[in-house]
Order: sequence, then structure tokens, then C-alpha cells
Amino acid sequence: MSKLKIDQVGRIFKGVRGGPPTEALQPITLSVADNDFITILGPSGCGKSTLLRIVAGLDVPTTGGVMLDGSPVVGPGADRGMVFQSYTLFPWLNIHQNVCFGLREKGVPESEQNVTAGRWLEKVGLTGFARHYPKMLSGGMQQRTAIARALANDPKILLLDEPFGALDNQTRSLMQELLLSIWESERKTVLFVTHDIEEAIFMANRVVVMSARPGSIKAEVAVPLPHPRHYTVKTTPEFSQIKARLTEEIRVEALKVVTSA
Amino acid sequence: MTPLLPVGSGRKIAYGIAFFIVFVGVWAIATFGGFVSRVFLADPVTMLREGYLLFAEHGFAKDVAVTIWRVFGGFILAALLAVPLGIAMGAYKPIEAFFEPFVSFARYLPASAFIPLLILWAGIGEMQKLLVIFIGTFFQIVLMVAVTVGATRRDLVEAAYTLGANSLGIVRRVLLPSSAPAIAETLRLVLGWAWTYVIVAELIGASSGISHMITDSQALLNTGQIIFGIIVIGIIGLVSDFLFKWMNLRIFPWYAS
Repeated sequence: MSKLKIDQVGRIFKGVRGGPPTEALQPITLSVADNDFITILGPSGCGKSTLLRIVAGLDVPTTGGVMLDGSPVVGPGADRGMVFQSYTLFPWLNIHQNVCFGLREKGVPESEQNVTAGRWLEKVGLTGFARHYPKMLSGGMQQRTAIARALANDPKILLLDEPFGALDNQTRSLMQELLLSIWESERKTVLFVTHDIEEAIFMANRVVVMSARPGSIKAEVAVPLPHPRHYTVKTTPEFSQIKARLTEEIRVEALKVVTSA
Repeated sequence: MTPLLPVGSGRKIAYGIAFFIVFVGVWAIATFGGFVSRVFLADPVTMLREGYLLFAEHGFAKDVAVTIWRVFGGFILAALLAVPLGIAMGAYKPIEAFFEPFVSFARYLPASAFIPLLILWAGIGEMQKLLVIFIGTFFQIVLMVAVTVGATRRDLVEAAYTLGANSLGIVRRVLLPSSAPAIAETLRLVLGWAWTYVIVAELIGASSGISHMITDSQALLNTGQIIFGIIVIGIIGLVSDFLFKWMNLRIFPWYAS
């Protein structure tokens, strides 16, 4: 049984000042199985973030709907954790309190909160920074905290919207490995949006390629690389083959964006 | 000098003090040098002597205390009502739509123009002074707090929603803490304005307070006392501003200044 069902989800934004409406998403249908890791790959402005926001309940689809474990998504909730591209740690809370935010909202006893937060901070390698405020941390550390904060809440599905987009290349690959190792040990259902082809392949069991606006699913490519994955997998012929194919798919879409502008 | 290059803390203080010295120096030259008539401007030494006499013989300390009480009384009263209203307006758009047009209108009503009416309604007692400060500060605080709360980063609100926060949780655990430093900063600014209003309130229909003394001194052409009174207000303002800043820094260590 598939965990997440995106059924004919389309999104049309109203025109600005009487202008024509913008179709961001053509009706999209997609299923994500339990404990699967899916990346959504697409050129910028293709509506992939809009799709993720609809799953999170932060945006409302114009047509269709989203079902999680058989119940329809009507708004944001703790069962769908999200990591944003921008740094969204609460600046007035220290790292430990940030990770506890969702647990406190649920009314989890404080001692239990501390245990869970401690466990997750250890997993992302930030135990020594529990009492630091977010502004004292680098971008990579902040995003690690954001991942810990989302996972401490034990969501049914983890949504990531280009979480490493603002990081430098080296930090970005380390973060990919970290997230992948967490997934390999915890087996969460993950929906990961990115425009980086290598990232999309390295992380996923299946890459969903989206077309230029209005976004639709252009191709679904399985990634049969074995787990646990080491970063050296990026240099194997299998990896290169998938990368070549996706590069071609994305290039066509990116060209469409450029020529239509 | 290089644009935007910070200056060391020791030199910063030295520069700040230097200007006070230059200021008093120019004043001393203008008065002692005979460039300005003593009738219109007392020299610094006379001013200090008059100041000493005010405290020693005219019970000026009581005037200062009365004025401080009026400023803080009116200001705290306004803040107690305005901050919650501002937060409600910033957080809930229907509440904002209901109050905002009126508050924006009321904000432009000059508090000093209400003095004749307030004397009619509240007499010339303390209530009237407090009301002038209240009218002068209340609407400003409401609007500034509402704007601050309304400008809360949307991505933080969304992050809280995905962590399971409900509407009340968003207000209590995101809007309030994220706006608190800016609200404190608003209060610091508006407290400065309250000092302007208290002067106007005391110029008309008052029998005590710093400005009452200033009005009396005007009748006696005692510019030394007038200048001393003004400087006292400046010093109190500076001290309360400094305390406010220091407090904000202590309460909100996470807030980048």
C-alpha cells in the first residue's frame, strides 16, 4: 500500500492586477510507497516547490487532492515534517529548544523531549551546540538542526524543499551523505525537491523529473544503486548513465524556460 | 576614514564626549566673549549655579520627580493597553481591518491640541497630564506594534505549522517571541516622544514639574534656569534610553542589533 497519494493535483495562481492566471502545475498524479526516498527534479520555476507545499498543506491545490495513509490533507500538520531552503530555525530559541519545538507543541513531557532532542542532535553531530543560538551556527549546521527538528517530531513523511540549495558544494555533499545515512538507518518516507541532478540521483530510489511550467511529470527514473551508498558511487558508470539521461531530460526543459522568456 | 568601517569602543566614547566639550566650548565663547547678551543666553557657569540654587532653595527635585512620574505613568498606561491591541491587530487581519483606519486617523490628532478639552474634562490635576501623554503615545504604539507583528517572517510561521503548531501556538510561540525585541525598541522610541508631550502638558495649567519651572523662569528672564531645566530633561532621557537599550540586550541575547 502506498503511503502518499498525490491525485490529479493542479495549481493555478490568480492573475496579478487583472492579468491572466498562471498555471503552475498541470494535474499531477504520483504515489510514494512507505519508506521510499523520492526526489523531484526540475528546472527552477517548474512548480516543484508548489507541489511540495501542497503536500505539506501550506498551499491549496486548485484541482485534485493529497492523501496520506488514506486520510486527505487539509492543512499543515505534524505528520508531515518539512525542511525549507531558507534557514527557518527560530532565532530566539537555542538549538536544543528548536529541536524540541514540535514535541512541546504535542505536549510531550519535558524529560522525554530532552531525550529525543539529545538523540537527534547526536545523529546530526551537534551535541556540543545544544545551547547555542542559530545565528552562531553556520548554514550547514542550521540545516542539520532543521532536519533534526523535523525528524524529532517523528513525522510520517519528511518533505525537503531544496534544503541544501544555499550551501557550498563541499558542505552540500556532506549533508547529502548525512541525510542518506539517517534514511538508511531510520527508513523514513522522504520527498526531496531539488534542481541538482547529481543530488537527485545520489539520494533517491526514484527520480521524478518535472517539465518546465506548467509543471507536469515528464519522466520517472528508478535508481537501482545499492544501499548503503558511499559518495564514491557518484563516479561509477551506473551513476553516470543515469546522470546522462537526466541531464538530457532537464536540459530540454531548461531550454524551454529560457526560450519562452 | 573608510565607509562603514566600525570604530573601536574606546574611541567611540571619546568622540561622543568630544562633541559635548566642543558644544559647551562654543557656548562659553559666545557668552563669556560677549558675543551674545546675557539677557538672552546665560553662560555655562551661571547655568550651573542656577541649577544648584534650584535644587538647594527651590525644591526642584520634587518637580523632577513629578515630571518623571507623569511621563512613566502615562506611558506605561498607554503601553499596557496599546501593546496587546497592536499584537491582536498584527496577528488577526479582521481585527486590524476594524481598528487600523481609526487608529491611523487618531495618530495624527495632535495630543497638545487636546489639552484645552482635557482640562475641561479632567481638570488641571494629574489625570489631565497622564491623558495627554496617553493620547500622544497610545496610537503610535498600537500601529508600530501591529506592523512589527504583521511583518513576522512567513517561513518561520510555516515551519511552526509543519511542526504541528495551531493558531494559538503560532501567536504565542512564533509571533510574540519574534516580535518582542522590535516591540521593546518601539517602546524605547515612543518613551522619547512622551517626554515632548509632558513638556507641553506642563506648560499649560500646571503648578509643578520641570516645564512649570521653565515657564516661571521665563517670566523672570532667568535663562540659566531655563537651560538647566532643558538639560535635566535631556539627561533623564539619555539615562532612560540607555537603561532601555541595556535591558533589551539582556532580555533578548539572540537578537542581532
